[in-house]
Parts: sequence; structure tokens; C-alpha cells
Amino acid sequence: MAEKNEGMLSPYRILDLTDEKALLCGKLMGDLGADVLKIEKPGGDDTRRIGPFYHDENDPNKSLFWWAMNTSKRGITLDIEKLSGQEILKKLVKKTDFLLESFPVGYMDKLGLGYQDLKKINPALIMVSITPFGQTGPYKNFKGPDMVEWAMGAGTYLQTMGDIDRVPVRISQGFQCYYHAGTEGVVGALIALYSRHSTGRGQQVDISIQECMNFTTPWLYDLNKISQVRGITLFSVKVKHIWPCQDGYVMWSYTGGPNAKRHSIPLVNWMASEGMASDWLKNFDWMNFSHYHTIQEIIDRLEAETIAFFKTKTKAQIMEGAVKYRIMLYAIVTAKDVRESPQLAARDFWIEIEHPELGKKITYPGKWSNNTLNPPQISRRAPLIGEHNREVYEKELGFSKAELGNLRKAGVI
Amino acid sequence: MTDLPLKGLKVADFCWVWTGPTTTRVLADYGATVVKIESKARLDTWRIQPPFKDNIPGPNRGGVFNTINTSKYSVTINISKPKGKELAKRFIKWADIVTENFAGGSMKEMGLGYDVCKEINPGVIMLSSSMMGQSGPWSILPGYGDLLSAISGVTEISGWPDRPPSEIGYYTDFVAPRFNALTLLTAIDYKRRTGKGQYLDIAQHQGGLQYVLPQILDYEVNQRVPIRDGNRDNYASPHGLFRCKGDNRYIALSVNNNEEWLALGRVAGNPPWANDPKYATFENRKANEDELERDILTWTATQDDKDLMFKLQKAGIGAGYLPSPADFLENDEHLKARKFYVELDHPEIGKIHAPRQPALLSETPAETRRAPLIGEHNEEIFKGILGMTDDEIAELVIEEIIY
Repeated sequence: MAEKNEGMLSPYRILDLTDEKALLCGKLMGDLGADVLKIEKPGGDDTRRIGPFYHDENDPNKSLFWWAMNTSKRGITLDIEKLSGQEILKKLVKKTDFLLESFPVGYMDKLGLGYQDLKKINPALIMVSITPFGQTGPYKNFKGPDMVEWAMGAGTYLQTMGDIDRVPVRISQGFQCYYHAGTEGVVGALIALYSRHSTGRGQQVDISIQECMNFTTPWLYDLNKISQVRGITLFSVKVKHIWPCQDGYVMWSYTGGPNAKRHSIPLVNWMASEGMASDWLKNFDWMNFSHYHTIQEIIDRLEAETIAFFKTKTKAQIMEGAVKYRIMLYAIVTAKDVRESPQLAARDFWIEIEHPELGKKITYPGKWSNNTLNPPQISRRAPLIGEHNREVYEKELGFSKAELGNLRKAGVI
Repeated sequence: MTDLPLKGLKVADFCWVWTGPTTTRVLADYGATVVKIESKARLDTWRIQPPFKDNIPGPNRGGVFNTINTSKYSVTINISKPKGKELAKRFIKWADIVTENFAGGSMKEMGLGYDVCKEINPGVIMLSSSMMGQSGPWSILPGYGDLLSAISGVTEISGWPDRPPSEIGYYTDFVAPRFNALTLLTAIDYKRRTGKGQYLDIAQHQGGLQYVLPQILDYEVNQRVPIRDGNRDNYASPHGLFRCKGDNRYIALSVNNNEEWLALGRVAGNPPWANDPKYATFENRKANEDELERDILTWTATQDDKDLMFKLQKAGIGAGYLPSPADFLENDEHLKARKFYVELDHPEIGKIHAPRQPALLSETPAETRRAPLIGEHNEEIFKGILGMTDDEIAELVIEEIIY
């Protein structure tokens, strides 16, 4: 406890019973200073089996997904399906501000741990339930893997992602939908907290992952009955947006009119300074250029010169040039590029976190906000399985060593 | 009817375009008094960008504007003029929170930076939401959500492994408002307890990176650079979107174990592929995934997407259809039952929909009221909040300060 930094949410205790669908919620609140207790089943949560792993060692304490999603939390094991486990959880709930859970709808009720039960023990409790389709409605018991949430939540948006000759494509590597829901969970929790200050009462926050994924649905269709699909543009010409460079890709579009000042004109100046712009390009009339009114031949000529230029540049050089010439031009970066970014270094983004079990420090991606007071900050690495059992059960709940031993034997912790 | 939870919270909102207004919409829908300070001298981008109702342009006719500015008040002040600035300062003095998302440093250049705001109102919480943050070598770069997705590592892992990264739209634009809102709410709680306001310098870039944390750690400890993998998954197969009967109809499918695989075969009526040993285990399915996907497609292509979803979910398989916009807004029984889209009656463009706030609070839910017409609340707010008289207002209108 002592090592925890003073943070904006320091006074609050959180019980985190979530799985991969909502772990980010407690992580963010923990980084903001709350005392987050991750409660896992004995032997550890299944989420610990999600890779990648540290040095590819398939060890539940070395899942990088687990590490990333559980910073600034302490961890205990507890079997809430056993009666004595339920009693312990209720004890913890008495002194808790928020309980986060992502079990199937009705699971907590069946154990006698639903919101209606827990609010009798602690009327000020705020219970945040994050589930695939919410607590009510005909789909409430549906399974909601990431791919399904993309389709059923962000469908209108997903139709625009990818290439026209293939099916729509999600963002790879995992759990974008769950991240949205986890973040939204914090928003809901804090609004309930604000409300609690005046009413003294907690409430249940029902987060449907599907609803969190609604990005763009009403506009086009609502107004003019247009359904957008990927690859269809309003232009009569085909234009590139993603271009190869020496060591990857960049994102770039030529723009005419007043906006050319921060797009086309400075890029051509940069190309010219390196002798890589033809006279035709140097004298191009950007003020009267528009994708709506140009012809493909012009676009092809522009693109040929530009590709040749980008191919001489690395992503890092692209970003340097963009800053120097003030061009709205960005590299499409990898995790490696992110790690090497001068911007993130200047923003004090990275933070070294002690991993005593490995005898080393590991650098983590850090804060999302540079606050003047108590910015979000990782205070500790993710807990090992049952790492804080003694701290919590003996010191906080006052169990004796013998009692603890009995609970362990009974498989409760 | 209980009061909305953020009732009494006062926000002087200088935000425009997307991320800022989407952030302050959260506060407004939950009951804060959000005064949108805008001007005809520099209209909010979404007041001049399509889509417009019936394709007729007009500052009150935009689809996006009217969705992301619900429940707010609008006043028009030309803050590029000195008297406009003075008027804006009176709102800064009144407010608990000042919000803005101009390009990095602009608010300061206009003479309304945090130092000035703090002098006027020592306890104020100020949010500056920008692309790269207010400091660092890249802070001068303007940008949009597509570019920020590229620089935050999301675009690189989107698309097909045999092709360049895919277009994923303005993705981080949908991430940033959540980080803005939660950080503001945290600062509000902190101020309530300590009396201290503060400056929140939030970068869309750093928020976007919170959604690729395992990938960054993978590079950090294993020097591995994660790749784009289409719709495939490391833990499920088959996994992806499969075409169904009809135009642009798909079923999303994630088969997580052998039990689900057998169930899938049963739902499909046990075609030859369901019993083929080359698909019998997860490892086999991953090894033969191209072929597997072609086989699944021969079946799904003959199916109705939504019927298939019900059958598969009933069999315990994570599956879902991809609703069309009309399905989302009008047909889907689940979203209807949860009253997710709220119908708003707009005086100029008629009935439109907006999604309600996704965090559904059991005791104090949000309420979505239609977005304001430009300058709609000038009289009400200048009189009610600033205590101005009709004459004072009239004079500033003539001088094009209230404009």
C-alpha cells in the first residue's frame, strides 16, 4: 500500500472480477491511483493464458496481455462459487467503492452476489457490469467475441474498413472492442461516483460492449438513406492514401484549395529541395486542384513522382520532414517505431517498472494525459497469482494463519 | 424523475470538429450545463461538412454535428475580436471546466491559455485535447483521426498480411473522447475533494496507444513486431467474417474450441468438411485455414445472416450478423429493446437519431436532447448566466461580437 503513488483516485477501493472483456477498466483506474484488487479464481484467471508471453515462456505469470491489462493492481485468489468464498467477497464489498465484473448476465445473481444482494451490504457500492450485449434485451445471453462485437456494434463503420474485393476487416491482434468497453466503464463508474456524492447511494452501471462500438451509424443513413461501403469514394479518380516508403508505409493525400498550405505545397517544397520535383510539379496549381474535378492522368503523374520520393525516405525521416516543413504527413508505424518515437520521449510517456520476480525493470507504455497534478501513472506491475493473499486476508481481513491454511486446503483461495 | 447526475456542473466549451464535442457531449447528456461557444466567423467544421439533410447545406442541417452536440447550449461569440475575448472570459470565470481542442498552442496564442484561465478562475479545470499534446517536437503537426491511427500503431496491424495496411478510417477519433471524458471526470472528483483545479493536456496519440499495449510490450521484451492478420485470430479458428445470402451481408464467427467446432458442423447439417480430419483439431484448422475458410463460405453463402446468428448462438457459438444501417436504426430487436437510438425532433431537419450514452446507469441514466441551432441560446444564456441586458446584447450583436 505504501508504495502506491498519490493519484487522483487514491481514496477509492475497487474489486476487479473481470476477464479480458473488461480488464482495461481497472487498469486505467489503478493508474489513476485507485486501490484495485484483482480477484482471480484459485490457480489464476484463464486470461493469463492469453499471449504473447515474456520470452515466449508459456507461464501464467508471464502473459504480456495480463501484464498490460493489470498494472497498478494487487491480486488475490478467491473462489466465489464456494459459500465461504462468497462470505469473504461480501466482507470485502463492505469497504469497497466499485466492483467491476464481466461475467455472463445472471451469473452473479445466481451466486447471491448480484447488485441487488450486494447493495444490501453496501448501499454506496457502484457495480460496473461489462458484458457483450448488456444486462437486458433479447441478445443478453449471446456470446460476444471481438469479431462479433465489431460486426454487431460497429457494423456501419466496419463496412468501410479494408478493401472492396475482400470482406471487411477488423483491427488484428485482439481485443479492440473490449478496450472500448473497458474505457467506457471508467466513464460510467465516475459519473456514478459524482452522483453518489449528492445521493449517498451507489448504482449499477450496465455497459454493453456492442453499444460502445457504435461509431458512425445514424448520420448518412438517417439523413439521406446512404449506406457506405469500403472502397467507394465520391471522386471520379482513384487516389492513393497509403504509400510505400523505404522501410514501411506512410499516409498521405494531396489536397488542393486553401488546405494545400499544409499539405501539397510544403511536400512539393521538400521534394524540390532534394531535386526530386519536376518543373511540372513545382508549378502545379494547387489552389484550383480538386479530386472532384481532376483526371486520372494528372493523379498518376503526381503519384509517380511522389512514390519515387517516399521510397528514398525511412519512416523516421518522413516524420522529421513533416515537422520541418509542417506537412500533414504521417508514417504508419510499428510497435518498434512507437518505442523509438522522439515525441513520446519528449512527452515522458515511458515508465520503467520493477519486476522483482525477474530481477529487472521493464519499460512500459505510460500515461495518456499530461496533467499538471497527479497524472496517470503505473504504480506497480501486474500481480502474480495470489501475490497479495496474505497482505489482504491477514492484514486487512484479520484471518489467522491457520484460518488461511484451511481456506487454502478447501480450495477457496 | 431524478435529476441528471451531473446537474450543476458548468462547462465553457470551446471545442469543435469531432473529439472535443464528442467529449463534452458526455457531460451534457448526463446533465452538465455545457455552453458551446462558437462563431459564424469560424463555423464548427461539422456545421459546414456533409452529410446534410436532403443534401441541402446549412449550419443546422449536418448529420454529424447534430449527433455529437446533443444536450448543449449554443452561444455565438467572435473570440478573434478583443471584445469577444472579454465576453468569453466571463464564461471562463463562470465555469467549473473549460474545454478546447484547437491545434496545439492555439488557445494560448488567442490569449486564452491555461495561465489566463487560471488567473480569471483559480480553481478551474481546463482540458486541452489535441493530436500530439501541447509539447514535444511533433506537437505542431496538424492531423486527423486517420493519421493519428497511423502514428499510434493501429493502422499497421489492420488489414491483410499479403497487402499494405488497410484503411481503417478515423479510428482513434473514437478512442480519444473516452480518455478525455474519464480524465475530466477524475479531475472533477479530485477538485471536489481537494479544491484544486488543474490543466489536462491530453494527446489523442497517447490515448490511442493504450489500445495496443500488449503489442508494444511484445516488442519491448521479445523484439517482435506484431503483424496484421486479416480477420484471423491466434486462439480461434475458423474466425472471421463470412459472406451470407444478399448484398453486403456477413456472419461474424469465432470458433474457440473443438466443442464449438462440432456444434458448428451440426448447425451446418454435417457437410463433408465438418467431419474432415484435417479440421479436427485447432492446430489442424489453423494449418489448413485457407481451405477451411473456403469450405465454410460455401455453406454461409447460402444462409440468411441473421437466422444463422440465432442458430449458432443457440448452439453455443459466438456469432453475429453485420446489421445494415436500417437494421441498426429501425429493425434490430435488441437495440430497440435497449432503446439505444434516441429519436430527436429537430426544428429544421425533422426527426433524426442519436445513440444514447453507452454507460447505462440504473439510477441516473443520461438523457439525450437535440443539438442546438447556431446561437440558439444567445439571449437565454447571456441574460441568464452573465446577467446582461437586452441593450447590452443588442449592441454586441451590432458590433458583430455576438456573431
